[in-house]
Amino acid sequence: MKSKISAKGVNVYYGEKQALKNISIEIGEKEVTALIGPSGCGKSTFLRCLNRMNDVIDICRVEGSIKFDNLEINSKELDVVRLRENVGMVFQKPNPFPKTIYENIAYGPTIHGLVQSKQELDEIVETSLKKAALWNEVKDRLHEIGTGLSGGQQQRLCIARAISIKPEVILMDEPCSALDPIATAQIEELIDELKNEHTIVIVTHSMSQAARVSQKTGFFHLGNLIEFDSTEKIFKNPGNQQTQDYITGRFG
Amino acid sequence: MNNKRKNFLEKRYKSEKRFQLFGLASISLALIFLVIFLIKIFSNGYSAFTKTWIFVEVNYDRELLLLEENPSSEDLNNADYYDIAYQSIIALDPEVDESSETFLIEMFAYNYELEIKNYLKKNPSDLGKIVKLKLTASDDIDQINKGNYPRDIPEENRRVNNYQLKIFDMLEARGDIINTFNLSFFTNPDSREAELAGIASSFMGTLFSILVCLVFSFPIAVLAGIYLEEFAPKNKFTDFIEVNINNLAAVPSIVFGLLGLGVLINIFGLPRSTPLVGGITLSLMTLPTIIIAARASLKAVPPSIKEAALAMGASKMQTTLHHAVPLSMPGTLSGTIIGLAQALGETAPLILIGMVAFVNTIPGSPLDPAASLPVQVYIWSESAERGFVEKVSACIMVLLIFLITMNLTAQIIRHRFEKKWS
Repeated sequence: MKSKISAKGVNVYYGEKQALKNISIEIGEKEVTALIGPSGCGKSTFLRCLNRMNDVIDICRVEGSIKFDNLEINSKELDVVRLRENVGMVFQKPNPFPKTIYENIAYGPTIHGLVQSKQELDEIVETSLKKAALWNEVKDRLHEIGTGLSGGQQQRLCIARAISIKPEVILMDEPCSALDPIATAQIEELIDELKNEHTIVIVTHSMSQAARVSQKTGFFHLGNLIEFDSTEKIFKNPGNQQTQDYITGRFG
Repeated sequence: MNNKRKNFLEKRYKSEKRFQLFGLASISLALIFLVIFLIKIFSNGYSAFTKTWIFVEVNYDRELLLLEENPSSEDLNNADYYDIAYQSIIALDPEVDESSETFLIEMFAYNYELEIKNYLKKNPSDLGKIVKLKLTASDDIDQINKGNYPRDIPEENRRVNNYQLKIFDMLEARGDIINTFNLSFFTNPDSREAELAGIASSFMGTLFSILVCLVFSFPIAVLAGIYLEEFAPKNKFTDFIEVNINNLAAVPSIVFGLLGLGVLINIFGLPRSTPLVGGITLSLMTLPTIIIAARASLKAVPPSIKEAALAMGASKMQTTLHHAVPLSMPGTLSGTIIGLAQALGETAPLILIGMVAFVNTIPGSPLDPAASLPVQVYIWSESAERGFVEKVSACIMVLLIFLITMNLTAQIIRHRFEKKWS
């Protein structure tokens, strides 16, 4: 499998405190990589390194190399706007803009100048919503406010928003933690489909979710990447005692 | 054990009840003061909204006016109306003696001649006819008619003498004294005569000042707020600026008045007594209020929305302008209205920049001299006449209505905005 993102020796500090210690990981193209680990282990921090969302935290400092294809993400010269155009993100809590469903999807293509006409924009909105399996539920109320949808629908709206600009990579930060089991199942199904076109990195607290949706799994603990291997291996035959303890629920 | 718990619970309920009672008591106290205030203002001021007129038969004698037949409007304007005005008024009392003539004249507002002239200018065909006209009564007669002056005190303590009272009663019995809505209170500028004084000049002055204040303070304050909250690096210098903005909000308004006088008038040479200078001076006061409100409401925008926009590849500016600013607008706007409402009632800085001058013209632009409503209250409250006392209260009522309208507009704008966004 071709590597899409390759991180080497990544260290992250919040002020004095080191949050990630010498992380090296290869994210394969068009597959789902799950990052698991107990709370505060640094998995979300690592995810946010991949689209430079840590920039908004003043005291956060990232060292090391993260390559996206041949582009160095962790470089001062990098154009974050271009990076985020190619690396989309879905957050833990659904956060649609307080605008209409249509405007939510149309925002990305509009600011990046991807469309020339209203018609093209309409098409993008439709295909994005269809890909996010939301079209049938909202096609008659595209001009209603996006925050009026149910939690699961809002999260799918956020996914539709993320894929509207066709990013190569989609980062998901515990996308189902605020959802009920049915909505979770819908999102998982969606992830499975999205991996045909996108590279996906998902942070999750649910071991079973990682096992269901991912091909590769990385286990983080106290800022270290303890083990990174195929999901099958991690869950059936982990090479590390800590991983074993975690996935069997003995700590975390 | 059980008893102890029961006692404890009872105590808790009691203290909760007490707390509620205290709250209720303070609200009632505040309401009582408000009601007393409103009743006082209203009972003092409502009579200013009516006006007393006296009907007089005016003989537009062509010969006395020294006018040709079919005179031009210029001739009508230049004619001398003194004689017919004087004689028409004297004729109210057929038995008048020379010493009482002035008393009769004093029953009318000093501009009776002008009123007689203006009528003929409007109706030139009435030249040579006898017309029954209503003329503005003097302030004293006005107050007698409204019952604000006691009649049963000795004559030397009264502003209206026995002769005038006699004539007044006679005219009233004939139905020649009427009381109508006081339109001139709203259309006249200030005057030395209480019966003619109006708020047109100060109302327009206030309106222009507030507009100038809004135009100057809103854009500057909103941009400053956005920059400080979203873009400025967090360091000692921005902390220093923040502290100073908060300090600025607490500076006594009279200091801003001195600043306006010293800088705007003396250095920049802007015309004194004008709403332009007044508005800019007031905007110095509203600036910190709006900046603080804008920053607070930007801070209240959920970070998740900003993160969503950033993650979509929006630049910092796009994130701010497309998402944070629109979401913060209702809060910013209500802060702005609060700032403007404060500015509306501000008197001291306006006095210093000369908006306390006696202005008997209605300003047509922010560059014309004008007073303002609170300053008008101040000016009139220094006058002793009963007519001005009621006008002070009436002016306060207008000021309050102005304020309530502003706050209501703010509420409506806010409501609309919020509906759109959530």
